[in-house]
Amino acid sequence: MATYSTSEFKNGLKLMIDGSPCSITENELVKPGKGQAFNRVKLRNLKTGRVVEKTFKSGESVEAADVMETDLQYLYADGEAWYFMDPNTFEQVGADETAVGENIKWLKEQDMCEVTLWNDVPIAITPPNFVILEVTETDPGLRGDTSGGGGKPATCSTGAVVRVPLFIEEGEMIKVDTRTGEYVGREKK
Amino acid sequence: MSDWQPSASLDMLKKRARLLAKLRVFFADKDILEVQTPVLSQSGNTDPSIESFLLHEHEDAKHRIQPYFLNTSPEFAMKRMLAAGYGSMYQITPVFRQDEISPKHNPEFTLLEWYRIDFDHHALMGEMNALIRMMAEDLLPLERSQFYSYQDAMIKFAEVDPFTISNNDLKQAAVKAGIDVVGIEDNDSVDVRDQWLDILMCQVVEKNMPKNCPVFIYDYPASQAALAKIKKGSQGTHDVAERFELYINGIELANGFHELSDAVEQADRFHQEQLKRQASGQQGIPADHHLIDALKNGLPDCAGVAIGLERLLMVLTGAQHIDEVLAFPYERA
Repeated sequence: MATYSTSEFKNGLKLMIDGSPCSITENELVKPGKGQAFNRVKLRNLKTGRVVEKTFKSGESVEAADVMETDLQYLYADGEAWYFMDPNTFEQVGADETAVGENIKWLKEQDMCEVTLWNDVPIAITPPNFVILEVTETDPGLRGDTSGGGGKPATCSTGAVVRVPLFIEEGEMIKVDTRTGEYVGREKK
Repeated sequence: MSDWQPSASLDMLKKRARLLAKLRVFFADKDILEVQTPVLSQSGNTDPSIESFLLHEHEDAKHRIQPYFLNTSPEFAMKRMLAAGYGSMYQITPVFRQDEISPKHNPEFTLLEWYRIDFDHHALMGEMNALIRMMAEDLLPLERSQFYSYQDAMIKFAEVDPFTISNNDLKQAAVKAGIDVVGIEDNDSVDVRDQWLDILMCQVVEKNMPKNCPVFIYDYPASQAALAKIKKGSQGTHDVAERFELYINGIELANGFHELSDAVEQADRFHQEQLKRQASGQQGIPADHHLIDALKNGLPDCAGVAIGLERLLMVLTGAQHIDEVLAFPYERA
């Protein structure tokens, strides 16, 4: 079992904390001039996204988490799992609903996603920063309004609801920033 | 920013230069001697919480191959001069401590260390207070300084009495403060007690101190004496180490002692530290026999204190990261 000592702690290091894989987001040495040194560490739980703070006595060793981040192509969903494929080896893995989470609404077939694997099982999916989606439902826009001010909700092919300018019509393709959920621009079909 | 560039601004380095100039005036006015002792030493620091850098001479060197330590503090060399009767003195010197990197730590930093003959730690706190207030003029307006015994500070800022509380209750106090600690053993030993006390000091007491106010904390638990004399408790009081620390805005700036002068006890403390290092698998460090010999010859009654000048500059200028006050931090050195 691989372990890391506190002296090896750095941002991005993956550790097992209370049975869950976590990634270090902050690591600070806390040390009185005469006395025991500690590492005060913030860790993001890779399954829940929740951040916890822990103080480790310096010199402690912590079990490493077998976590890998890899770029895989989203293929399809069968109702139980969402399937991703390695474009080089054609190997497929299925991610469950917990792993896909809220990002379900950004998953478009053929798009490359970052899949976080823990012991070879997907635990989190990060969609591309920008996705191009078809608008499947929105109120008719006002012709001539190109200001973009105001806006209206539009439902996309993946189920995502995005606030778009009034001139966007059903059937159009739009570019969306998945990190903010905001409309970026109109795309040619 | 590129790695070749200094991380401190020119304005900050001017403040640093002015601070150094004012320090020298402060000591010159009191006729205290400025000294310079070697940065390289054949003996190291046995303190288990401090790791020394160890240097080996090139194999072709004409001298016999002798490992040298980079100083973690100029303390031992200065005490040898005190024992030789050279009187009160101060030094401004770089010191080196491995693995200490954080927004408040750089492995190479600058200490101002000074010793006053016939002072105890209370008298030295008074002088330190005058120095700090002089250094802060035109940089940071300071509130009236506060002085607390370690016991009073713990009671006031962390609501625990360090001399009577059980180890388990210390742990509960940390939990109550939202501190989740990994790695402290579950037993009633003094070591475990000191570790919990350090946690509360660094993560609770420091945070609850008043702002822009020098806070002096004195009379530490005897188990945290380091190189301080221990004052035996009389009825109803506990043994305390005659040691003090200075904090401003929750940042530990200085550590001072009414200096231990008993050669036998000093040798024993070195030995205890070496045993602790051995038990935890740390690098073995030869104790400084020159210091023991000096104490045997006789150290005059004195108090000494060391203050980290980068930390002081951080506090006085409001810098949030030590890199802002260093020309080149460790990663760019």
